[in-house]
Amino acid sequence: MTRVKAIVPLRSFEGGADPDAFRLLDAGGALVKGAVAPLSGDAALEGYRWMLLSRALDERVVSLQRQGRIGTYSAVYGQEASVVGVSLALDPARDWIFPQYREAPALLRHGMPMSTLLLYFIGNPLGARVPDGVLLAPIQISIAAQLPHAVGMALGLKMQDRDAVVVTFVGDGASSEGDFHEALNLAGLVRAPVVFVLQNNGYAISTPRSKQTAAASFACRAEGYGMPGVRVDGNDLLAVYQVTHEAVERARTGGGPTLIESQTYRLYPHNTADDQSRYVPPEELEARRLEDPLPRLRNYLSSIGAINEASEEQLRAAVAEEITAAVSAAEASARSTPDQIFDYVYASPTPRVIRQRAEITGNAKIGVV
Amino acid sequence: MAVLTMVEAIRQALEQEMERDERVMILGEDVGRLGGVFRATDGLQARFGEDRVFDAPLAEAVIAGASVGLAMSGMVPVPEIQFLGFSHQAFHQIADQIARFRFRSQGRFPMQITIRSPFGGGVRTPEMHSDAVEAQFVQCPGLKIVMPATAHDAKGLLLEAIRDPDPVLYCEPLRGYRLVRDEVPDGDYTVPFGKARVVREGADVTLVAWSAAVQLCERVAERAAEEKISCRVLDLRTLVPLDVEALAASAEMTGRVVVVHEAPYTGGFGAEVIATIQEEAFYSLEAPVARVTAPDTPYPIAGVEEWYIPNEERVLAAVRRTVGTAA
Repeated sequence: MTRVKAIVPLRSFEGGADPDAFRLLDAGGALVKGAVAPLSGDAALEGYRWMLLSRALDERVVSLQRQGRIGTYSAVYGQEASVVGVSLALDPARDWIFPQYREAPALLRHGMPMSTLLLYFIGNPLGARVPDGVLLAPIQISIAAQLPHAVGMALGLKMQDRDAVVVTFVGDGASSEGDFHEALNLAGLVRAPVVFVLQNNGYAISTPRSKQTAAASFACRAEGYGMPGVRVDGNDLLAVYQVTHEAVERARTGGGPTLIESQTYRLYPHNTADDQSRYVPPEELEARRLEDPLPRLRNYLSSIGAINEASEEQLRAAVAEEITAAVSAAEASARSTPDQIFDYVYASPTPRVIRQRAEITGNAKIGVV
Repeated sequence: MAVLTMVEAIRQALEQEMERDERVMILGEDVGRLGGVFRATDGLQARFGEDRVFDAPLAEAVIAGASVGLAMSGMVPVPEIQFLGFSHQAFHQIADQIARFRFRSQGRFPMQITIRSPFGGGVRTPEMHSDAVEAQFVQCPGLKIVMPATAHDAKGLLLEAIRDPDPVLYCEPLRGYRLVRDEVPDGDYTVPFGKARVVREGADVTLVAWSAAVQLCERVAERAAEEKISCRVLDLRTLVPLDVEALAASAEMTGRVVVVHEAPYTGGFGAEVIATIQEEAFYSLEAPVARVTAPDTPYPIAGVEEWYIPNEERVLAAVRRTVGTAA
């Protein structure tokens, strides 16, 4: 009897990037053999500045959260190269980002004011307002729900012959959601100009990647949707940039969507309410700290003479100052009013909502629309 | 003016609005080449092309979810969920995304989306195809809910829905698609939301209904008249916004009310109607407000559905009880 051959090999997953994932920098920050840097020294330094800013912002926000000055926050910590590398490959003047909620530096680079973003985490609804002209969808709370939106936007842009690409971020856990399947299936079908960036950071809150799927990788799922899939070392800024750049160009020139699995690691808890010591073995965390993307890129920049101790110190000081100013601006504008639970719900509020507004706020006027 | 069936009126509204506004597009299962399983979009793909009348893969969540992105890109999507009973497979996108996206984005991204969906029983469709789950969407702030009962209203309310910057769930009665026929103006007109329609004047009891239950109430009113019971019939037209004034006025006029719907009893929209009446017109009531609904059981397989959906006998019995003439 002829035996049927299994087509998907199973393998265990140890965490961190696969040895054969695409990378340009080795763990020490040296270009791997034969690699050509896709970014100039200045551009890579710009990436490093965003990564420093992201980390400093995480540290400041977590500290503010501990002081009760800010609400729940999901740190980017450990994933800076993954988020910033994607961001650098986008043109904020024409490309859209549909975020999940752990991509602060990409939102900032795309044009979201830091003080507005902080206002969101402080808990003021106005913090959710993306300024006109900034091509960003709101931060998404429901996991994977942004993926169908991203595909719809890509479809709409394509129908209107607009020269734009949509990039959406999603996590390893999100890949188990139905929206992931439905969105990627439609994107492949219509060759939508969209790039799915799946940040595999090892955990969905406490659930490890090994309990999320039996598939050999997340990227290999792309084949089932008729699109290319690629695994990249998510802690290598240059590699993430190059992979995203190629995917964006493919989408822009009619080549359709790409699924990028950016293999990174979440060095912080899921959010400020989480305790990762309950599920991450300390030795694992220590091992992953050695793969921190910041020193890796810094070593590279240092090796090409793009940074030295003095200029790095200046960068850190400038970033800290920027954050301090944004925190002050956010806290100064953070006054909330009961009207905010009614504003922008309906363009034409129902009589009941108008009455409820009057009861709760004493103000029967229709909110600014 | 022409006499059209409800499905013809819906199709005409879609065609005229797509002609008038090139941003309007349809997406859904079988809407294009087939023209919809009920032919509500018949011929539209041939006329407007495969982009604007888009045959989507069989995936309700992405039909609803892609509409969010399409609306953000400047289109005016009119997605079709082939049967409302399958809307649960898109419920998170409708309730948590479409309904509150304007609020979540602080006005940056309005959701000018009209979700069309046939619902309700009586035509022997298998199980979930017949579900009447409209009340589940009433708890989705940001969404408006429209339930036309006539061909005239089907066209006018659909044009109003598509032009409304707020998202709308527009439910079409399966049973009424071809059964309901009435005069429909050829040209452009809209029927405003939140204005109930007095279908029939009457003095003894008000029958409150929406969608296919309106015709049922009209038939019951005819039979009740033979028993010298004068029924006022009120068609709510839209559940959100709700015409509170019309409900209160009817309750005050007749002092007796019966609410009829196809959805199960507990937590159905009838409960909301009754709560509203007791808030607004308690001292005018001369009898407890009655409900005639499906039982609190799942929609059954077709062979027994006649016992499930409210019928003339059950509504008439409730009318008699309410006016105090029951044997």
